[in-house]
Amino acid sequence: MSQYFHSVTLNKEKCKGCTNCIKRCPTEAIRVRNGKAKIIKERCIDCGECIRVCPYHAKKAVTDPFENIYNYKYKVALPAPTLYGQFKNVWDINLILTGLKHIGFDDVFEVARAAEIVTLATKRIINSKKLQKPIISSACPAVVRLITVRFPNLVKNVIPIQSPMEVAARMVKRNISKKMGYKTEDIGVFFITPCAAKVTSSQIPIGLDTSLVDGVISMKEVYLKLVPILDKIDHVENLSCAGMIGISWANSGGESTALENEQNIAVDGIHNVIKVLEELEDEKLSDINFVEALACTGGCVGGPLTVENNFVAKNKITRMAKLISNTAVNDISNTLETVDVSWTNPITYKPILNLDNDMIKAMKKMESLEKIYNDLPGLDCGSCGAPSCRALAEDIVRGFANETDCIFKLREKVRGLAREMMELEGEMPPPFRKNEE
Amino acid sequence: MAEEKNIISLQYKVNGEDFSLAGEASSNVKKILKQLGVNPEAIRRVAIAMYEGEINMVIHAKGGIAEVNITPEQIKVLLQDEGPGIADIELAMQEGYSTAPDNIRELGFGAGMGLPNMKRYSDEMKINSVVGKGTRVELIFNI
Ligand SMILES: Nc1ncnc2c1ncn2[C@@H]1O[C@H](COP(=O)(O)OP(=O)(O)O)[C@@H](O)[C@H]1O
Ligand code: SF4
Ligand code: SF4
Ligand SMILES: [Mg+2]
Repeated sequence: MSQYFHSVTLNKEKCKGCTNCIKRCPTEAIRVRNGKAKIIKERCIDCGECIRVCPYHAKKAVTDPFENIYNYKYKVALPAPTLYGQFKNVWDINLILTGLKHIGFDDVFEVARAAEIVTLATKRIINSKKLQKPIISSACPAVVRLITVRFPNLVKNVIPIQSPMEVAARMVKRNISKKMGYKTEDIGVFFITPCAAKVTSSQIPIGLDTSLVDGVISMKEVYLKLVPILDKIDHVENLSCAGMIGISWANSGGESTALENEQNIAVDGIHNVIKVLEELEDEKLSDINFVEALACTGGCVGGPLTVENNFVAKNKITRMAKLISNTAVNDISNTLETVDVSWTNPITYKPILNLDNDMIKAMKKMESLEKIYNDLPGLDCGSCGAPSCRALAEDIVRGFANETDCIFKLREKVRGLAREMMELEGEMPPPFRKNEE
Repeated sequence: MAEEKNIISLQYKVNGEDFSLAGEASSNVKKILKQLGVNPEAIRRVAIAMYEGEINMVIHAKGGIAEVNITPEQIKVLLQDEGPGIADIELAMQEGYSTAPDNIRELGFGAGMGLPNMKRYSDEMKINSVVGKGTRVELIFNI
């Protein structure tokens, strides 16, 4: 796998080069070139903002095809709890889980259950006081990537625990091979995802060498398969094992509320997350203990691959969580003794925003950047294909753009040329010149 | 031959009218320092200390000018205002000392930790102040 894999990609045919997406991207990763959007792969964090904002649906999240499940002898679905909030009139989690077995899976394991284990592990780390406060959740891969490219001083605050998806995959592989005797490679573990970021993290895992997730399938696709069969199921199996805490992880606030501390905050929506991370970096929020930060509005229920409106889904998740007892967490305390949920590789800062690796050269570039920027009109119109005049100035010093990409600069230049041409036109070749003496 | 200078000079007007805008200059500087590849620890110190200086100009002096000079060896932040000045600098430097009025404290400022923190986070700090004329704070950070 190359260093950069991204689930978020462009469908060139559909892209009109309208520049709607370039301003919404939180890492200024998109430029429009030759009438088409282009994602700078080093910068993209797979947050999905551009998927949501594109009026022509030209941005998409690449997920694994459903048929991939048939490459395995024993196929296990790992539904994110967000799935439960997608169906009108369905309140029974067991019905949804049974439905997954009807569409092709041999077994299901709730990621919500794994989330409860992550909650427990998080509590332990907080109590051990080994980590610098405020501790930042590592559950949303888009946020973790954002921190590694933009917030060097916060990298050490991110909790070094695997995501519920990875923990679930680990538990399933271990339990199934033990209980049923399957070889690990014969067990196919498929996460049902609300977002692109999780697809990327299954390919380029965070904090781990390799992911144990064998495939990531779009929640939309699974939804379409489930809808026609759910009301035809007559025997609902008892498959649900997660409690209220785990299910609530689908909503913003679920993870932090489960930690039972009043100095915890939950922030959702990537642009809100950036604001809070800036303040955290400046040590303005030193009285906060734990920060849950989710890229999508409302949390995972707002993921780009969900079907239901995130406000409706949120309400639904809250009500479903209340319907279940809160007992589940208690009987998982010994699970932590048997599954290792910590990261094996600490994350590191990736200084992709540097103008140059050599500071002297970076300073020279910064100097001309400031000069170029002051000379640009400051309208941030986007016609040059960059998100702002400042970003264009940056692209120019990096050698990716020209000053005349700015239509105002171009017009100035054309005007200058026109004047020059007029002057030239007035000049006669020497034989015809009037003697000026 | 003239020696080639490696210096970047930035200047910001710090507006005294709007609290919510205070911190704009330091957050801009933070972004630039990241682009220059300055080590994160130094960026952190500069951003925190400069923010405190900016806030002080806003709440105590109705605004001022922030100037930042960056060389490969050090970052110099100069905060100048034409506010009321500080009568007793030694007193002002004490932790918890603040003359901020109640309405400012209600906004969460005025804990009296600004100047002490600026001293703590910088490698060198000089304050010149004349009552009735204004205040000049110079912060030096070695990088
Ligand atoms: N730029 C300034 N102009 C005038 N007075 C200032 C200035 N900066 C600081 N002071 C004085 O020094 C005191 C202490 O400053 P500081 O430690 O930042 O605490 P705080 O700002 O919370 O009051 C202030 O209350 C104020 O009286
Ligand atoms: S997914 Fe997010 S980071 Fe990547 S290009 Fe789209 S908006 Fe930018
Ligand atoms: S908030 Fe949830 S759905 Fe959205 S990107 Fe993060 S993990 Fe994915
Ligand atoms: Mg102060």
